[in-house]
Amino acid sequence: MSLFTFFNRKGSAPAARERLQILLAHERVNIGGQSDLVTLLREEILAVVAKHVAIDPEKVTVTMERGDNVSTLEVDIEIPLHAEKKAA
Amino acid sequence: MAKVIVVTSGKGGVGKTTSTAALGAALAQRGEKTVVIDFDVGLRNLDLVMGAERRVVYDLVNVIQGDAKLPQALIRDKRVETLFLLPASQTRDKDALTSEGVEIVMETLKRHFDWIICDSPAGIERGATLAMRHADAAVIVTNPEVSSVRDSDRIIGLLDSKTLKAENGERMEKHLLLTRYDPVRAARGDMLKVDDVLEILSIPLLGIIPESMEVLRASNLGTPVTLADKTSAPAMAYEQAARRLAGEIIPVTIPGERRSILAKMFGRRAA
Repeated sequence: MSLFTFFNRKGSAPAARERLQILLAHERVNIGGQSDLVTLLREEILAVVAKHVAIDPEKVTVTMERGDNVSTLEVDIEIPLHAEKKAA
Repeated sequence: MAKVIVVTSGKGGVGKTTSTAALGAALAQRGEKTVVIDFDVGLRNLDLVMGAERRVVYDLVNVIQGDAKLPQALIRDKRVETLFLLPASQTRDKDALTSEGVEIVMETLKRHFDWIICDSPAGIERGATLAMRHADAAVIVTNPEVSSVRDSDRIIGLLDSKTLKAENGERMEKHLLLTRYDPVRAARGDMLKVDDVLEILSIPLLGIIPESMEVLRASNLGTPVTLADKTSAPAMAYEQAARRLAGEIIPVTIPGERRSILAKMFGRRAA
């Protein structure tokens, strides 16, 4: 550690505190087997799509980013041209 | 062909997760495709140390139970392209991790990665034995402290009996990683020395990681130590340990051996 970085560095504790606050806010919702909103939405969206289209699980990409004020959910599903599910 | 490494210790809090993240990142930075897997079902933390906690979608148990495909559960690191994380589940169901399930996941990963680093939970229960089951080599993380050394000895016994390698009559490659080492206290005679630990456990030394503020700082920021300040003593020690793991021959230096005259004076005066 050089003298320069020593005087220039801010403590890392505030970053740790913020990360934990966001993470725990999301995790505490899960207590009792309940999923948080983002997870619930993800599962329901996939279920709705699966009702109409035969989804190839290999062609589904889901990304989530849990934020402080905003979380994002990205569901990327490749739907082939003739993918309508045949009525059983 | 992939090499499977288990990072284990028996005792909790000695630095398994920190070491998994640091070694995994260091190996990935060599351009080799690396995945770090959290086996601590119910109490995952590797995601937090890697700084990926907000991006977990699916986990190891989801893959084993067929709710997700393996590629969907792998989280690519934002800093190193060749580094991936497979998080553990937060479920309280202890039986969620099945032996067959883990085997399928490991076999699949072996086809796509150069390094598979398994972060073992503390203890000697199911999670710990499954984490070591498929390993080619083990990194035994030990603090220079009596209970840690004793637990490491227990783990070495398990590695030699409960793993696939052991059951097939092969020899498990074992490496000692001494963490939280304080050379000043060791010199003063207040801490077990490197040679003491080596003599008791009699396995080869992979590296000595000095006790350092940098380790806490890196975990606060969610950055593997080897991706944070690369010139810090623990980052360099981990980086060299990773190179030894990859087969390079580099002599192990005891951190702080080249102390300044001032530090030596203070060290002596305190004795």
